[in-house]
Amino acid sequence: MVTIRTEALTVSLGGRRVLHGVDATLEPGGIVGVIGPNGAGKSTLARALLGLVPAELGSVTINRAPIASIPRSALARQVAYLPQGQTLHWPLSVERLVGLGRLPHLAPFSQLAPTDAAAIERAMAKTDVTEFRARTATELSGGERARVMLARALAVEAPALITDEPLAALDPGHQIEVMELLAAEARAGALVVVILHDLTMAARYCDRLLLLDHGRIVADGAPAAVLDEQRLAVVYGIRAAIDLTGPKPLIVPLSRNR
Amino acid sequence: MISSRSQTRLLLVLALLTFASAIGSLLLGSAPIAIGRLAAVAVGHGDRIASVILIDLRLPRTLLGLLVGAILGLSGAVLQGYLRNPLAEPAVLGVSNGAGLGAVVALYFGLADLHPLILPLLAIIGALISLGALHLLAGRSESPLTLVLAGIALASLATAGIALALNLSPNPFAAMEIMTWLLGSLDDRSFHHVWIVLPCVLVGGALLLADGRALDALSLGEEGASTLGVNLKRVRLRLLLGTAIGVGGAVAVSGAIGFVGLIVPHLVRPFTDRSPSAVLLPSALGGAALLTLADIGVRVIPTTSELKLGVVTAFLGVPVFLSYLLKERRLW
Repeated sequence: MVTIRTEALTVSLGGRRVLHGVDATLEPGGIVGVIGPNGAGKSTLARALLGLVPAELGSVTINRAPIASIPRSALARQVAYLPQGQTLHWPLSVERLVGLGRLPHLAPFSQLAPTDAAAIERAMAKTDVTEFRARTATELSGGERARVMLARALAVEAPALITDEPLAALDPGHQIEVMELLAAEARAGALVVVILHDLTMAARYCDRLLLLDHGRIVADGAPAAVLDEQRLAVVYGIRAAIDLTGPKPLIVPLSRNR
Repeated sequence: MISSRSQTRLLLVLALLTFASAIGSLLLGSAPIAIGRLAAVAVGHGDRIASVILIDLRLPRTLLGLLVGAILGLSGAVLQGYLRNPLAEPAVLGVSNGAGLGAVVALYFGLADLHPLILPLLAIIGALISLGALHLLAGRSESPLTLVLAGIALASLATAGIALALNLSPNPFAAMEIMTWLLGSLDDRSFHHVWIVLPCVLVGGALLLADGRALDALSLGEEGASTLGVNLKRVRLRLLLGTAIGVGGAVAVSGAIGFVGLIVPHLVRPFTDRSPSAVLLPSALGGAALLTLADIGVRVIPTTSELKLGVVTAFLGVPVFLSYLLKERRLW
């Protein structure tokens, strides 16, 4: 079980302040959706949670330990990461690529153990990519490759999983499949953080939403509390039809305000 | 891992090829000597001439070919993996020329005569400086093109430095000696050279082989590797030092032999699972075999003055380089 906490987290990139005093406690057992317009600081927040960008002010802690004090290899076993639009630099086979997710668990100069092979199989089965196992990952379609990359992140079997726009490039069927998969991971006790643009998906699957705007959290809570017309009008500048009453909430952007 | 059996088979085939090329290098040469006389030396009762040719001339030359080829092949494979760039290799990135310039500085200012270790040391320092500069120029960029351009600029700068030394050299003999570092050769080497290069290749090779797994993780980019537990700063330091020590030591005895590090990983990669770590050992063995075979070619191809090894490897390597560029041209 992993709890990630940020306190007054402020991050600057290239002299520009991207996050301003973000306070959030991310607890296991649920999906935390991070939403907000382009450039709101969502990906930077994800990277700060992984220790990839240093905090300028404030702190990020994992189970109360400051993130900078945790060795990279230990951190890699705690938090898995699926970056936005990840590129692959060598034409590896799907199985080999998913196997990279086991690197944090390997002792130096050792081979993959049967437990690693089993984790790779599980990750491929969950993401529906087992049939591609022998194919070259760079030759798959965009959506197929996105699922293989997700399988790579799942193969780590870390107690926390941070995914940055896992639904981009996926067809509607696989979008639902991936969200259900992430929900199942969360139910099994993982902390799942997912950056999303599709507000309907966010409302339907996330237990909690963080709405970011200009590097600040402007709303934090259950989807029904975060997603109201007034707020979407201010943050996204859109008018939207919102129906959160049914079991399957709907949010349809209708027009741009400005 | 998945295909560990085919990996073992590949290593076995390459080891046999390397062994065969080493035997060939001992048996073939510019002086035609019957195999029987050489075999007699090997079992301990040969005649003096055969003994001198085999033990003092061909054996060190063969060992140098194996060692230099292995470290060039390995460093090419490592640099390609680390930079995620199939065109990376010590010579293309200016490392070999930087080391060559270091060696030439040692020769030109007469420092090499002060102590036998000064020349290899300066070669290593030259390699370190050029790798450091390359890192400053193109280390942050993910684009292969930036890196190759920066490497070409650095290689040209080092070559210009060598040419300047050539230009200003006091006599033709000094100029000839400097030329060696431009062309690369294993001609007329002794065990003295083997003892210089052996520790460099062992230390450099160990540093380069240590990070195969980090190289695999880097196929997901630097942040991807980081989140898989790779300490990029330490990996970078090990690889820079390993390349500089290994290639610097190799260049100190053989001159700048280009393209071995480029060709060999491309030749062995199709027989592996194409992950960077799977290419490392096969590239070391393949490099040893290729350079030894090229060195046999240098000796048996009848020319008025002996061909230089670096010239032969360049003629082998440029077509590989060009074919890759042509294949990738659509991506620009």
